[in-house]
Amino acid sequence: MKVLVAVKRVIDYNVKVRVKPDNTGVDLANVKMAMNPFCEIAVEEAVRLKEKGVASEIVVVSIGPKACQEQIRTALALGADRGIHIETDEEVQSLEAAKLLKSVVEKEQPKLVILGKQSIDSDNNQTGQMLAALTGMGQGTFASEVVVEGEKVTVTREVDGGLITVSLGLPAVVTTDLRLNEPRYASLPNIMKAKKKPLESMSPADLGVDIAQRLTTLRVEAPAARKGGIKVADVAELVDKLKNEAKVI
Amino acid sequence: MSILVIAEHDNSSLKQATLNVVAAAKAVGGDVDVLVAGENVGAVAEAAAKAEGVNKVLVADNAAYGHFLGENLAELVAEVGKDYGHIFTSAGTTGKDFMPRVAALLDVAQISDIMAVESEDTFVRPIYAGNAIATVKSSDKIKVITVRPTAFDPVAAEGGSASVENLDIVKDAGLSSFVSEEKAKSDRPDLASAGVVVSGGRGMQNGENFKMLEQVADVLGAAVGASRAAVDAGFVPNDMQVGQTGKIVAPQLYIAVGISGAIQHLAGMGDSKVIVAINKDEEAPIFQVADYGLVADLFEAIPQLEEELKKVV
Repeated sequence: MKVLVAVKRVIDYNVKVRVKPDNTGVDLANVKMAMNPFCEIAVEEAVRLKEKGVASEIVVVSIGPKACQEQIRTALALGADRGIHIETDEEVQSLEAAKLLKSVVEKEQPKLVILGKQSIDSDNNQTGQMLAALTGMGQGTFASEVVVEGEKVTVTREVDGGLITVSLGLPAVVTTDLRLNEPRYASLPNIMKAKKKPLESMSPADLGVDIAQRLTTLRVEAPAARKGGIKVADVAELVDKLKNEAKVI
Repeated sequence: MSILVIAEHDNSSLKQATLNVVAAAKAVGGDVDVLVAGENVGAVAEAAAKAEGVNKVLVADNAAYGHFLGENLAELVAEVGKDYGHIFTSAGTTGKDFMPRVAALLDVAQISDIMAVESEDTFVRPIYAGNAIATVKSSDKIKVITVRPTAFDPVAAEGGSASVENLDIVKDAGLSSFVSEEKAKSDRPDLASAGVVVSGGRGMQNGENFKMLEQVADVLGAAVGASRAAVDAGFVPNDMQVGQTGKIVAPQLYIAVGISGAIQHLAGMGDSKVIVAINKDEEAPIFQVADYGLVADLFEAIPQLEEELKKVV
């Protein structure tokens, strides 16, 4: 069966972000970018399904500027078979991303679509659920285990208070939690091979999707800084401060 | 314009987060109706009707909603919510699962995890793991929103007298079915709403050592949390994780033990009123946000802390 994986180019998770002085956004100039960590887990899961003989082809798709092709190539180096780049320099919000992915789903007809549960930049946690709604598929969100059997997929989900396991008919959408797997590293030979794998480029207009924004960001600010605290000498002083100064115990 | 709040509950009791969400809805202004969807939810509906400021409680009681499957809930909420100006729910895992599906069915954007209401169409939310705060304005006719419960003071649980109305709407999308669940058992307060949280990180070294933290937590009536490192190392189950990808907490007192303080962890506890860090590495980033820092070996400090606390609490 065919598996579609969506990946996003985001600021590297180790970077301490800086808000622009004019409060229009976060400064992304000259900042290290990478594949969103949850998307890496999605790619890894698809590759494992292929290694188990469950998946026959892995198609990876990314939406964004030209530079997104780096992240598609990374996914190809990790084991995806071909890439689709939906190129736009505009900001694409979750609902519009889901609509673009829906067009790709209609064209490619995958049995399983795997996305990360959230991107670490916008922290929305929406796209997978929206895509499932638009395509009329079932959704297995925040997955920590995925088992495909015949025409069903069983997904163990991380929820408040524990785990819940659901069964979905295929085709279905799955979004990954951090504990689903540990992504592999791409080897140099695989990185070289990935350069020769097919990568198709198209625009939102080609897919007939209007990506006009519904949400306007009025301003972006740095969070209120916490006041620097003090170091205490020992446990007795700590408890005394909590009791008599902070009055929280 | 009225606001619909989708209650968070476990079929037997109303989660406190719902009271925080009602408070957020009241900040928008207008009548607040609460939808309780689940199975055998009489007690939950009763509790919701008593909450301060609730106009009407709508009840959808059916096996189709018993396990909170996102596909079924989304169809119900989209149907009931289409005549409202706003649809709110808490940003717990249930809300995060069904709410974007509701938004897509209604063809509107969703605003996730809001921390403040500026006006009926303008909301404040964290991005980049809480390292930036965005103010966003929605041009959609229906505002579909998940709320960070810790950012709003709850409305009173008693004193209201809302009418209760049963809905005869059964939506079973037939796309998913419940198989099983595995609940983490704990006698301690719920992590997300506890007044005091004691958390351990990689420095705890193993799961057995978390007992030391549990003893301190018992003295304080606190919940026990963990960093991702502690969860990934298998010390404790993942539902104890505090951070960008785990739970967001904002207790009166947060005690971080053997936690370095990565960006992703700070995203989950940076709004705590008082932060205490106990770590042997005095360069650990956690000390930059801690109100009180103790540079010490936790294996010596924690038993001492338990003894000292017993004297004063």
